[in-house]
Amino acid sequence: MSSTEMKIRSARRSQLRDKLIRGRWLYLMALLPIIYFLVFKFGPIYGLQIAFRNFRVRRGIWGSEWVGLEYFQQYLADPSFWVLVRNTIVLGLGQIAFVFPCPIVFALLLNEVQSKSGQRIIQNISYLPHFISVVVVASMCSTFLARDGIINQMIVAVGGEAHLFMQDPGWFRPIYWLSNLWQELGWSAIIYVAALTNVDEQLYEAAVIDGANRWQQTVHVTLPAIKPTIAIMFIMAVGNIMSVSFEKVLLLQNELTYDVSDIISTFVYRKGLSGGQYSYTTAIDMFSTVTNFVMLLVANRVCRMLGESSLW
Amino acid sequence: MRQNKGVGYRIFQVFNIILMIAICLVILFPIYYMFIVSISDGVAVMTGQVTLHPVGFSLRAYRAAMKDSYFLNSYWNTIVITVSGTIVNLVMTALFAYPLSRPDFYGRKLLMRCAVFTMFFTGGMIPTYMLVTNLGLGNTYWALILPGAISVYNMIIMRTFFEGIPFDLTEAAYIDGANDVRILCSVILPLSKPIIWTMVLFYAVGHWNGFFNALLYLTDKSQYPIQLFVRNVVLSGDTLSMAMTTYNSSTEVGAEMLSESAAKYAIIIMSMLPILVVFPIVSRHFKSGVMIGAIKG
Repeated sequence: MSSTEMKIRSARRSQLRDKLIRGRWLYLMALLPIIYFLVFKFGPIYGLQIAFRNFRVRRGIWGSEWVGLEYFQQYLADPSFWVLVRNTIVLGLGQIAFVFPCPIVFALLLNEVQSKSGQRIIQNISYLPHFISVVVVASMCSTFLARDGIINQMIVAVGGEAHLFMQDPGWFRPIYWLSNLWQELGWSAIIYVAALTNVDEQLYEAAVIDGANRWQQTVHVTLPAIKPTIAIMFIMAVGNIMSVSFEKVLLLQNELTYDVSDIISTFVYRKGLSGGQYSYTTAIDMFSTVTNFVMLLVANRVCRMLGESSLW
Repeated sequence: MRQNKGVGYRIFQVFNIILMIAICLVILFPIYYMFIVSISDGVAVMTGQVTLHPVGFSLRAYRAAMKDSYFLNSYWNTIVITVSGTIVNLVMTALFAYPLSRPDFYGRKLLMRCAVFTMFFTGGMIPTYMLVTNLGLGNTYWALILPGAISVYNMIIMRTFFEGIPFDLTEAAYIDGANDVRILCSVILPLSKPIIWTMVLFYAVGHWNGFFNALLYLTDKSQYPIQLFVRNVVLSGDTLSMAMTTYNSSTEVGAEMLSESAAKYAIIIMSMLPILVVFPIVSRHFKSGVMIGAIKG
């Protein structure tokens, strides 16, 4: 090794030491958060090992014997496997297909409202449901759709027959999607609205000179301008496809709709925490976390290959 | 300016505005409806007369709720959880966001990656539950506060905001002999009021609206937060009917009745009250707060 190389190395080392010394207060500050992440975020990840052990409460995590992939095999052989995966994916895919595009359309239409104060009022109203709790939203669904709820009152008033929506498996998914739409339409649109206000006015002027009408301006100027934002939101949505809003489903479901409403996480909650099958349900949960994670990576890679923005 | 001429576009404008008003009505009507039912006369509610405007006027539903000790208790519990939880959130988030915002902080990339990783990969419900109970946090409010002490998403928003503050200010304070804690407290935070208020709002709403952690970790009914109370009353339908029967039998014969849905809606409206009151005041600040959060970096 030449002496200059060694000098560079030692210089680098002392530079690093300087950085560490100068940053000692910063490390001290970050200490508590780092402990937090180690305990509450990585702790449970470490605890995932019970998916590979036959967990017995009395023996503790480390005393329980290893069983390898037994629980994963048991899950794949379980008749409820396909039902759970299907229900989870259908809810997630429906969310992307029906709910995801709505805020984009809403933002585009809102952008066409001429009065600025009108835009602001509409937008402020549209945020409101985002801040309402999932318990209240589920309560609204269940009371409005009850036999004597307002929806059935209206159906009866126009000569129809009262229908028990909450107990009807066919209605579970639409109720889930529509209530999500009601709650998140305005909030999800914020990011698109902001992207729209950043579009360069000159682009529109140029388009007008080229003879573009309003529709053509939207297609050729506005949409390309917000495409990167849409791409990012899309990756996030795909990455979250399996993490369907667990709380909402838990509150909306009942025994009569389990066929379509039971998703992986509600199953884990019911069989795991209420039923005590810790290891088995941890394996199930881990299966969906890993799937989710892989899908996020794939979606990100695909977006990057297509030349769109990516998360990283 | 964009061109606004053409009959087609005018027609579109009219339809667009009608559509926007319709959307606003759909958003507001459920809340309005619950409110008018909750203040209407009990008999009118039970016979289905209340649809678009209140019929009669009665505060019985609210009085009945106020007599329910569990309701008042849960309301108070939620206030305690929200205030203490939000303070913990803010301190922890700032303590992490600030070092990560400093370009001269060695290891920021690694820490950031680890934090973002936990956004997408978690241990899941059972290991988290076991951890929290093993730490002895079960049946305490710590179980509702500590596991979510830092939201990575909010932390990134805050970090991005801090990054926008000129580094020269930090350097100048450093040369004047201030350490990083001083710099954070007397240079950075005073300049970050908008983002701090945004964080307060996000975290506080999260605590106010949370119910699932309480369902998991709390067993004593007197510890329940408001959302769990609402869920038990409206969705599981247990406590309310009892409170209702005692209320109805305690009133004299011939007095106005308390309808079950009026009572439920009164409880729901009261559970939303802080949000409905605070919302109009702060709603215009949201856009700036949310927009800062870009994941990249």
